[in-house]
Amino acid sequence: MSDQTTSQPRTGSLTGSLSFALAPWIVAAVLLLFLPMIFQANSAITIMNQMWITVIFALAYNMLLGQGGMLSFGHAVYMGVGGFFCMHIMNWDSFERIPLPLLPVFGGLFGMGLAILVGAFSTRKAGTVFAMISLGVGELIAACSVIIVVFFGGEEGISGDRTYGLPFMGVEFLKQIEVYYLIAFWLMISAALMYLFSRTPIGRMANAVRDNPERAEFLGYSARWVRFYSFVASGFFCGVAGALFAINYEILTEENLNTASSGVILLVTFLGGVGFFFGPILGAIVFTLVQTVLSLQTELWAFYAGILFVATVMFFPGGLAGVLMMHVPAIRLGKAKLLLVPYIKTLIPAAIGILGLAALVEMIFHYRHASTGDNEMTLFWTTFDSHAVMPWIVVIAVIVIAFGVMRRNLPEMTDAWDEANHAEEG
Amino acid sequence: MNAMTGSHVPALHIDNLHKSFGKTEIIRGINLSIAPGERHAVIGPNGAGKSTLFNLITARFAASKGKVSLHGQDLAGMAPYEINRLGLSRSFQITNIFPKMSVFENIRCGLLWSMGYKYSFWNLVSRSRALTEGAEAILEQINLTARRDLPAGVLSYAEQRALEIGITIAGGADVIMLDEPTAGMSNTETDYIVDLIRKVTVGKTLVMVEHDMGVVFGLADQISVLVYGEIIATGAPEDVRGNPKVQEAYLGAALEEEH
Amino acid sequence: MELVLVNIIDGLVTGLLLFMLSAGLTLIFSMMGVLNFAHASFYMLGAYFAFQISLAVGFWMGLLIAPLIVGVMGAGVERYGLRRVHQYGHVPELIFTFGLALLIEELVQFVWGKNQMPYDIPDILNFTAFSIAGNSIPAYKIFMIFISVGIFIGLLYVLTKTRVGMIIQAALSYPRTVEALGHNVPLIFMGVFGVGTALAGVAGVIAGPVLGTFPGMAFVLGSIVFVTIVIGGLGSLWGALVASLLIGWITTFAKSYNIAMMDVLGLVGLRPPENLDDSLLRDLWTVTSPQIADILPYILMVLILIFRPYGLFGNRDA
Repeated sequence: MSDQTTSQPRTGSLTGSLSFALAPWIVAAVLLLFLPMIFQANSAITIMNQMWITVIFALAYNMLLGQGGMLSFGHAVYMGVGGFFCMHIMNWDSFERIPLPLLPVFGGLFGMGLAILVGAFSTRKAGTVFAMISLGVGELIAACSVIIVVFFGGEEGISGDRTYGLPFMGVEFLKQIEVYYLIAFWLMISAALMYLFSRTPIGRMANAVRDNPERAEFLGYSARWVRFYSFVASGFFCGVAGALFAINYEILTEENLNTASSGVILLVTFLGGVGFFFGPILGAIVFTLVQTVLSLQTELWAFYAGILFVATVMFFPGGLAGVLMMHVPAIRLGKAKLLLVPYIKTLIPAAIGILGLAALVEMIFHYRHASTGDNEMTLFWTTFDSHAVMPWIVVIAVIVIAFGVMRRNLPEMTDAWDEANHAEEG
Repeated sequence: MNAMTGSHVPALHIDNLHKSFGKTEIIRGINLSIAPGERHAVIGPNGAGKSTLFNLITARFAASKGKVSLHGQDLAGMAPYEINRLGLSRSFQITNIFPKMSVFENIRCGLLWSMGYKYSFWNLVSRSRALTEGAEAILEQINLTARRDLPAGVLSYAEQRALEIGITIAGGADVIMLDEPTAGMSNTETDYIVDLIRKVTVGKTLVMVEHDMGVVFGLADQISVLVYGEIIATGAPEDVRGNPKVQEAYLGAALEEEH
Repeated sequence: MELVLVNIIDGLVTGLLLFMLSAGLTLIFSMMGVLNFAHASFYMLGAYFAFQISLAVGFWMGLLIAPLIVGVMGAGVERYGLRRVHQYGHVPELIFTFGLALLIEELVQFVWGKNQMPYDIPDILNFTAFSIAGNSIPAYKIFMIFISVGIFIGLLYVLTKTRVGMIIQAALSYPRTVEALGHNVPLIFMGVFGVGTALAGVAGVIAGPVLGTFPGMAFVLGSIVFVTIVIGGLGSLWGALVASLLIGWITTFAKSYNIAMMDVLGLVGLRPPENLDDSLLRDLWTVTSPQIADILPYILMVLILIFRPYGLFGNRDA
C-alpha cells in the first residue's frame, strides 16, 4: 500500500512533473476513444460499457477501502440509490428539458446525500464496527426495496427511457455507441477527480487516518471527520456510477442494492489491488472479462471466483496491482529479462495444472448433478463420457505432471527472482 | 502562534491532579506550573506514573480529580485534535508514525492543519510551495533530507524517533510534549536526539518525560522529580541534583544500577 | 393473552437460536478481534452435514457428529487460513472470512445443488407437546429450547468453573500475559474458534429441519446475527444474549400482530391523504408490521447506533 511514497514528484519543476503524470491519462483517453473502433461488435460495446461503470464504482469503493482503510459490506446501495433516483428523473415530465449527459451529476448528488445521512453515524469508528454498520444499513435499504414500492418498484424494479431527455448536440443516445462515449467521458472525469482527491489535504489525511488514527488526531485532525468526508466523496462517485448504470441498462432492480452486489465490488477491488490507484481499474477490467468468458462456459463460475478471491486474500494481499508493482525494483535494475524464462517454465505448467483441476471439478459436478443417462460432457473442446474411467485418469495425470514440472522449476524461479532484485554493490 | 506567550499566564498549569485505576491511585495530587518558553523535564524511576501523567495532560486519559489547563484554558473533555489546535503537540513513547507513507509525507501531514488546509478537497498538496518548503525545512532540521522519499517504516529506530519529533513540531504548536524521546537508544543516538530536541524547541515550551536523569541535565531549565505519583522536588537541574530527597528516592537507586 | 404466550415461546426459540450463533461469534471476536463473517456458513454446514448423516444413521447421530466435523473444519480454517492472513491486519482478516462465506455457499451448491434438502424433524419429536387456546406447540420447539439452554449451561460451566475456562477468560483480556505464563495461546485460539464454529454447527443441525436446509440459509440468518452482536455491543456475551432475545421477540410479535402504520399514525392524530394511491408516501401509510418484521432488527441497529454507538452492553474502548 505504498503508492503514496512513489508517486510523489520531487519538488522544483512542478510543471515538468505534472506533464509526466499526465502521460497515463492521455494514453487512457486515447484508448477509450479508439477501443470501440477496434471492437465494433455490439456485444463488445456492451461489455465495455459494463466494464467502465464497474471501474468507476470500484475506484469509488477504493476511496474507502484502500485510501481510508474502511471496509464496506453494503456499498452497492450508494450506487443503487443514485441509479434509482436517476431513473425517476428519466420518468419525470421535465426530463425532456435535461440533457442526458448531465444525469450523472444528479446521480452523484443523490449518492452523496445518502452517504451524508449514513456516514453521520457510521464513520465514528473504522474497522469492524464500520464494516458491520455498512452491512446492516445495506441490508436495510435492500430490504426496503420490496416494501417501498413507489420508489424502488418492488420485485420488478423500475425502468425508463433515456432517449426522452433533451438531445445533446443532436445526439439522442439511441445507439449503444453513443452511450459508450457518454460513459467513457464520465469515466475520465470521475477517475481524474478521484485521483486528484487523493492528492488533496483531506485525501492525504485519509491515508494518515488509515495508518494511524491516534497520531492523526494529535496533528489537529479529527479521524472521524476525515473518514466522513472520504465516505461522502465515495458516495458521490458511486452515485455517478449508478446514474451511468441507469442510462446504460434503463432498468434498476433490487439486485443493484443487495449484499451480493456489494460483495462483487469488494472482490473486484481487492483482486485488482487496494494499495494502488490503478488497482481497482485493473480489477474491474480483468473481472468483467473473466466473468463474461467464464459465465458462458461454466455454471460453476461463482465457485471459481470464490476460490480466486480467498486465494488472493491469503497469498497476494496486494492484488494484481501489487503483483505487478513487485517487479518495479527488478525493472529499475534492468534485470527484469532474467525473470522471463523461469516464469515461462514455472507458470505455464502451473496454469495447465490449474486448468486440469478445474476440469476435474467440472467432471465431478457433471457426474453428480447431470440427469441420469446424460453421461456426455464437453470440456476444452473435447467431448467424452464422464462415467468412463479413462477421462479421469487422463485429467489426474495431467494435473500431477503439470504440478510436478512446476515444482521442479520453482527453485529456478525463486533464484532468478533473488538475482533480479539484487543490486550490484558499487 | 499564541498571543499569551510571554505573559504571566503559564503555558501549562496542572492543579491538584489525581488519577486512579480501579483502587490503585497512580497520580496522587500533582501541582505544576510551566512558564512559556521553559524547557521542563519530568523525571522519575520506572513505575512513578510518568506516562500516566503525560497521558492525563494530553487528555488521552480522563483525570479522576483536578484539572489541566493550557494557556489558562481547561482541557477536560477535549478530543486530541481540539487540544492540538490549541497549540499543544505530543510525541509517543512507542514510535507512532505513519509507516506506509514517505518521510516527507509524514512531516507534511503534520503541517497541514496549522497551515490552514483543514478538510479541504480543493487544494492539491503538491502544488503548495509553502507546504513543500515547510516540510523540507523540517526535514533539514531533523537531518532526514536524504531519506525524504523512503517509506517511514523502513527507517532505523533513531531515525524514526527523529521523524516522530519532526511530526510533533511540524504543526507549529508552542507547547511540545515528548514522551521518553530517547528510550531504547545507544549513548551516541541519545546525544544526537538531545541535540535535535534542543535545536527544534528554541522559543517553545517543552515538557518532556524521561527515565534517565542524565539525558535532561544539559537540556532542561527546570526538572520535576516524580516518585509514586507525587512530585517530590522541582527546581533548576543543579538544585534538584543536590536535593537529598531526590538522591534518596531516585539517584541512589539509579547509581546502584549503573555500578 | 394466550396468543402472547405462544409468541413468547416462538420468540424464545428464535432468540436462543440467534444466541447460539452470536455467542460463538462474540467469543471469537473478543478473543481474536476477528469478526468471523463466515460464522453463519458454519451453521449452514452443520445443517447439511447433519442431513447427510441422518440419511445414513439417523437424526441423533447427526446431532452428535455434524457439530464435531464443523468444529474441526473451523479449527482448520483458523490454523491454515486466518493465522496466515492475520499478519496483514484486521481488514484483510475480515475480507478473508467474507470470501470464505461466499466460497462455502458455492461449495454447498456444488455438492448438494441449489434446492432445499428434505431434512425433516425426526418422527420421535414430531408431535404436539401441548396446546394453548387451540394453538399447538410442537415438541420440536421445546426440544430446541432444551438443547440451546443445555448447551449454554454447559458453556457457562466450562468458562467459569474449569481451569480451561479460566485460561480462556484470561486469554480474552491478556493474551500476552497468558502466553508468558506458558500457555499455548495459538492453540487456545484455534480451540475457541473450533468450539465457536461447532456451536454454530449445533444451531444448524437443530434449525435445519424448521427453517429449511438450502444454500441461502447462511446469508438469511448471518446478517441478522451480525446485527445482533452490534446491537448487544461487540464483544459482550450478555449483550449478545439480550440482543438475541430482543430480536427474537420483536420479529415474532411483529409477524403475528398485524399492525398497520395507518392505525399507528391514526393514534397520533394523523390522517392519510385523500387520494392515497397517488401519494408518494403511499407505501409508508399502507405498510404493516408483518411486512417490516424482517427489517426491524436493522432499524433497531441504526437507532441504537445513533443513540448508543457502543451497543447495549458495549465497552467504550472496544
